[in-house]
Amino acid sequence: MRAWHFTETAYPFLPPADEYDSIRVTLPSRLYDPKKGAELYDRYLTEWQVAEAEGVNIMVNEHHQTATCVDPAAPLMLAALARLTKTARLLILGNPISNRRDPVRIAEEMAVIDILSHGRVEAGFVRGVPYELAAANSNPVRSNERHWEALDLIVKAWTSHDGPFSHEGQFFHHRNVNIWPRPYQQPHPPVWVSTTSAQGARRVGAKGYIQATFLTGLDGTRAVFKAYREGWRAAGRGHDVPMHRLAYAPLLYCADSEQKARDGAEKLMWYVRANKVPPHYANPPGYFPTDANVKFLRGASPPVVAFLRNATIDQAVDSGFLMMGTPDKVYAQVRKFYDHVGGFGNLLIMGQAGFLDHGETVHGIQTFAREVLPRLQAECPDMAVSGYPDEVKSAAG
Amino acid sequence: MQMIPVAGIDVEVHEVGSGTPILFLHSAQGFQPGHAFIKLLAETRRVIAPSHPGFGRSGLPAWLSTVDDIAHVYLELMDKLGLRKVDVVGASIGGWIAAEMASKAPERFRRLVLVSPVGVKLGPTDRLDIPDIFAMPQEAVTKLLFHNPEKAKVDIGKMSDDELTIMVRNRETLALLVWEPWMHNPKLRHRLHRVVAPSLFLRGASDGLVSADYLAAYAKLLPNATTETIAAAGHALPVEQPQAFASSVLSFLKSE
Repeated sequence: MRAWHFTETAYPFLPPADEYDSIRVTLPSRLYDPKKGAELYDRYLTEWQVAEAEGVNIMVNEHHQTATCVDPAAPLMLAALARLTKTARLLILGNPISNRRDPVRIAEEMAVIDILSHGRVEAGFVRGVPYELAAANSNPVRSNERHWEALDLIVKAWTSHDGPFSHEGQFFHHRNVNIWPRPYQQPHPPVWVSTTSAQGARRVGAKGYIQATFLTGLDGTRAVFKAYREGWRAAGRGHDVPMHRLAYAPLLYCADSEQKARDGAEKLMWYVRANKVPPHYANPPGYFPTDANVKFLRGASPPVVAFLRNATIDQAVDSGFLMMGTPDKVYAQVRKFYDHVGGFGNLLIMGQAGFLDHGETVHGIQTFAREVLPRLQAECPDMAVSGYPDEVKSAAG
Repeated sequence: MQMIPVAGIDVEVHEVGSGTPILFLHSAQGFQPGHAFIKLLAETRRVIAPSHPGFGRSGLPAWLSTVDDIAHVYLELMDKLGLRKVDVVGASIGGWIAAEMASKAPERFRRLVLVSPVGVKLGPTDRLDIPDIFAMPQEAVTKLLFHNPEKAKVDIGKMSDDELTIMVRNRETLALLVWEPWMHNPKLRHRLHRVVAPSLFLRGASDGLVSADYLAAYAKLLPNATTETIAAAGHALPVEQPQAFASSVLSFLKSE
């Protein structure tokens, strides 16, 4: 089991939420004080360095026009981390490739950081949450198709070393792709793709990329991982899916007392509770499948979001979105989750949000890394085979 | 209703009435045969109304992504239907399609009626000509569409899954077509001087999407166009004022 520290580098110093319509897309930047912002960047970078010192890897992400995540150019943050750290793996999860105009440029950026970090990049790719589309002016329709065309082009750009190739696809056109530098890692940095749907996971599994899923809870994650394994097997990659191909991102706060943990977890919930977004940005036409939108019109809520915004700490823990408590409790929660979903090899820890301050964040990272992670590493080996007992047994037989 | 294959797409085509044909090109709402204005037009004319690719029950191939593409498909549909020279009435995005078609094959059109049409960029770089309907709540969009938004209310509970699916899909296809550049084809304004058909630009006085200035400037791009405003109607003019709409259209099309 590998652990990763993740913060969205939020700027939480906002007026009361009833004074603005949306924390994303339209929130005026006059509310951002650059001097406070600089202090926050200093602090968040330091916390990633603390994670490295504790044997926890690093994860960054990217959002646009939002106070929830002031990192609209994640490759820049990753490049800074490449020089501030020495050993941690550097996961970007991820590059919003269906919202960026030039996949080749992204291949170049990842290659540069892979060289700068001497081969520590874990290159993740995301379709992006729906509120990204207005900010990117990116068409929500066919964004999934753009995503996959872009990803195939990036991998080809990384792995072609004999001069230019051309690409004339549905969405992207290049006559001379020949990137310098090429990646440090061979044949290329590990590729991660996030998806929260079974259909998406089947496709990621078929490619054999690392599957990450965010805040999908016990049952949602179980379905995603199951679909991944099905996709993997159907593509002829063999029966056994190693644990290290699967990743889950919960909110997680571990502390040396139950009360401290609970207080920290309350602060972490800012991540979901502060996410005030009106429906026209949360559900642009074409982002969700047609049949899902018909169900929304009939009154169904988009998964997770509605539940989480109103959930208590205990409800969030029970359903697997949040892990929190003393080390023994967090260990038990991770193990319960692990057994329920058929195992996974990467715990992407959303370990800082909102007003969780530096001292609290460092305490959370250190308590987890010292008291929980060693047990998980001993009992959940990366090379173990994921799946439910009957699946794994039939592999052996 | 029949399905007519055009350029590999199954295009749903409605036909009602008899007489000299009108090719009717619907707005983003999609074509609804029950609308009063269709019945009024069909009293004296044969109304031929395709559902645009991706709307209604028409197919949507992966290669199709622009209004320009649809204009080509419909010129071919006219060939298939034997419409050598036709009157066309297009509403909103349907008006845009009609303008594209007439700029490509001016000789195929006898008269044009463009109802609150979008499709060209006329104003300054730093202001949208057409408000961003995807960046506002649905109630705000409804206010721009209707003079009397109260009448526009739909009861989703009474709609079938098929009807809801069409409604959702129409909206998706609209986004596909108009997202970028927003509601226009930058090339179109440089092509409209080719149109020879006398043209009528219609607008509801309360239209919150297509302004009076926009309509007037759009009409000026065509060599032979006039404008007319109909009272107590928003962007959805034909739905809100079927009588006034049909009588304007029919009298304009009747003239020699």
